[in-house]
Amino acid sequence: MSSIAQKKGFGATLWDYLTTVDHKKIAILYLITGGFFFIVGGIEAMLIRIQLAQPDNDFVSAGMFNQIITMHGTTMIFLAAMPLLLGFMNAVMPLQIGARDVAFPFLNSLGFWLFFFGGVFLNLSWFMGGAPDAGWTSYASLSLASPGHGIDFYALGLFISGFGTLIGGINFLVTIINMRAPGMTYMRMPLFTWTTFVASALILFAFPPLTVGIVFMIVDRMFGGNFFDHTMGGNTIIWEHLFWIFGHPEVYILILPAFGIFSEIFPTFARKRLFGYSAMVFATVLIGFLGFMVWAHHMFTVGMGPTANAIFAVATMAIAVPTGVKIFNWLLTMWGGSIVFTTPMLYAVGFIPSFVAGGVTGVMQAAAPLDYQLHDSYFIVAHFHYVIVGGVVLGLLAGLHFYWPLMFNTMLNEKLGKITFWLFFIGFHLTFFIQHFLGLLGMPRRVFTYVADQGWDSYNMISSIGAIFMAAGVIVLVVNIIMTIVKNEKVGRDPWGDGRTLEWALPQPVPFYNFKQTPLVRGLDTFWIEKQEGNKEGMTYAEPVGDIHMPNNSFVPVVISFGLFVASFGALYNGEKSWAVPVIILGLGITFASMIHRSLKDDHGYHVHKEDLLDDKGGKH
Amino acid sequence: MDLNTKYTPQSWPDHPENSTLEGKNKFVGFWLFLGGETVTFASLFATYLALKNKGPSGMEFTTQGLFELPLVFIMTMLLLTSSLTSVYAMYHMKNYNFKAMQAWLMVTVLLGAAFLGFEIYEFSHYVHLGFTFNQSAFSSAFFILVGTHGAHVLVGLGWIILLMVRNAKRGLNLYNAPKFYLASLYWHFIDVVWVFIFTVVYLMGVMG
Repeated sequence: MSSIAQKKGFGATLWDYLTTVDHKKIAILYLITGGFFFIVGGIEAMLIRIQLAQPDNDFVSAGMFNQIITMHGTTMIFLAAMPLLLGFMNAVMPLQIGARDVAFPFLNSLGFWLFFFGGVFLNLSWFMGGAPDAGWTSYASLSLASPGHGIDFYALGLFISGFGTLIGGINFLVTIINMRAPGMTYMRMPLFTWTTFVASALILFAFPPLTVGIVFMIVDRMFGGNFFDHTMGGNTIIWEHLFWIFGHPEVYILILPAFGIFSEIFPTFARKRLFGYSAMVFATVLIGFLGFMVWAHHMFTVGMGPTANAIFAVATMAIAVPTGVKIFNWLLTMWGGSIVFTTPMLYAVGFIPSFVAGGVTGVMQAAAPLDYQLHDSYFIVAHFHYVIVGGVVLGLLAGLHFYWPLMFNTMLNEKLGKITFWLFFIGFHLTFFIQHFLGLLGMPRRVFTYVADQGWDSYNMISSIGAIFMAAGVIVLVVNIIMTIVKNEKVGRDPWGDGRTLEWALPQPVPFYNFKQTPLVRGLDTFWIEKQEGNKEGMTYAEPVGDIHMPNNSFVPVVISFGLFVASFGALYNGEKSWAVPVIILGLGITFASMIHRSLKDDHGYHVHKEDLLDDKGGKH
Repeated sequence: MDLNTKYTPQSWPDHPENSTLEGKNKFVGFWLFLGGETVTFASLFATYLALKNKGPSGMEFTTQGLFELPLVFIMTMLLLTSSLTSVYAMYHMKNYNFKAMQAWLMVTVLLGAAFLGFEIYEFSHYVHLGFTFNQSAFSSAFFILVGTHGAHVLVGLGWIILLMVRNAKRGLNLYNAPKFYLASLYWHFIDVVWVFIFTVVYLMGVMG
């Protein structure tokens, strides 16, 4: 076994990625798939803005517009933002804590493939009779009445990919609890590891309610259940509760890892220790906790009564406190630092005012009486795009530039990176800032067109022009990525020059076993400490070189996930086609048989021997 | 981890389920998984309570009319006892007594299968009365809540049987000890959920 890259044929590389259990390769799979869906969701966004650029437009029909907005939201949240974040967690977190892999490498692979097949299934709806069209929230009163199979694709696709996410969450939690290197106490963990930890805990407790809600949706639509049908005694509000008990923590599942990425970038490029580390940790945990207490603020207008509304309003406003703590800590990290404005740092600095704007409108909507005015207007659209794009997407783009050398051993072009930033940043504010005013002027969200001369025309046009800037930014980014891959200029260890945490102490490319010797962590920002003390190796070791135990690759995760993919087609056509039930049985049979195969076959992994490690030049610095 | 190491009851570790890193990971991961399962059942219980006795106008089925406590009492006793026998199995696992462990697991499986048999009888009885899954919101919520638990029992049975068969010839080692332990943990969880179903669905249903 050698860690030096070997030339392999395409087939061998493909098979390697299909069967890999290495967290670094799974991270790349997440990045590619999430990036692809990000482009798909972006194209849907552009179609929305083209349609809305002019009043009385007929670029797309009303029904098609509903499908596009539904798929835009669903794709961006579930198939782009989450997988991209899971990708960075996979790529970085085990390296940050000094682990050789995640706790369950097999499950890591299974989680990815479940997400993959769920996402593919959801998007097949475009080619199989129409996409879901009840909004990404898919409220039951709408979605039960939706003809065709769009909603079925939504429910089954998210059902499968949700399991993948849940598995990923448990995996990260166990990895962080059990596999930290000696000396890596909880209060020495880098902030990105901390936010991964809290976001994973949120995944663990937030995804089951979504799964339950989706099961109700599946049986109601496909198997004659009555959960949401009020003529049969059902209650459509149950979906709203279950969805938002998931949906609100989901917002924090997305934003906390983005906070984590920024918390790594600020100290690196301000060349200063993160200000208020322990306050940052407690703020993260507190946000995670409060995230579960506020779901009903999405439902102020449902009619829960003033008491419930007041409680949820106050709880929602409380979240602004730990979030404010974080904002000030980032500002104070930069204060007095010797700042370098690299591309990741630009994103980080741009993120602060953008996210604060989104947070302030969030507190406005938390006031229930005002929310009655703002509800279902473009003000809401502006708000959640300010937090999701201004927070999560800026975090993802920052992380992409920041961690690219760690994942691919090359550097994205800084000049193009900065062009991307300015195009995207200006475009983002141009698109969404004006939507606040559209909302206040009364434009409802989710309308496919509007009558001219209500004072909305020019604002909508400005918003659409902003979207073009964002698209241009993404195109420059794609060009940048392609150029970087073609040039393939390798960079060495610690490519940013100011890395502080363990992942930057590793030789490049990172060996497949990560750490030849388990490191001894001597404090917060352990690599920085070693560098300050003149340690050329960048690490103090906790053990001598010895055999390393590694897990075997496996194709079983693909088969397990594929079985559910097949079964979903059966469920989709249940009661319509005679082959529906056999296909369900076939698919579940594939899944369970491969699970049993996995259970019965012992998988002890293999050892990389000490002699090979010592011979291997890739392991030396 | 060396599969060929032969242990004696003396050299067998006190906590075989988490004396390897793999065992530790499985141990923590499974507890977390059960945390997620708890939220799943909490959601199902909340929905059941919201939809209890709700149906199309003129529906004659109510919890009082439908449920019969003697049958459910027998089921409860079967499942509670099976949880106890799985504890005995784990006691013998920790003492490196493979045969006794297998025997108690066998008893556990039989009790669990008997429980499942009664549940199938109960469900078919309701369906026979016209209380089918599609009959009302109440029936949907009932069958999904109790049926999800039943599916868990089925999976638990399959899991324990697979473990018993797979390891029948090779006995205990530090690779399969965590597996037995987790299966028993799962079985306890199923039992705890049933205690809540017995209370919330059946007792509170019959008492009004």
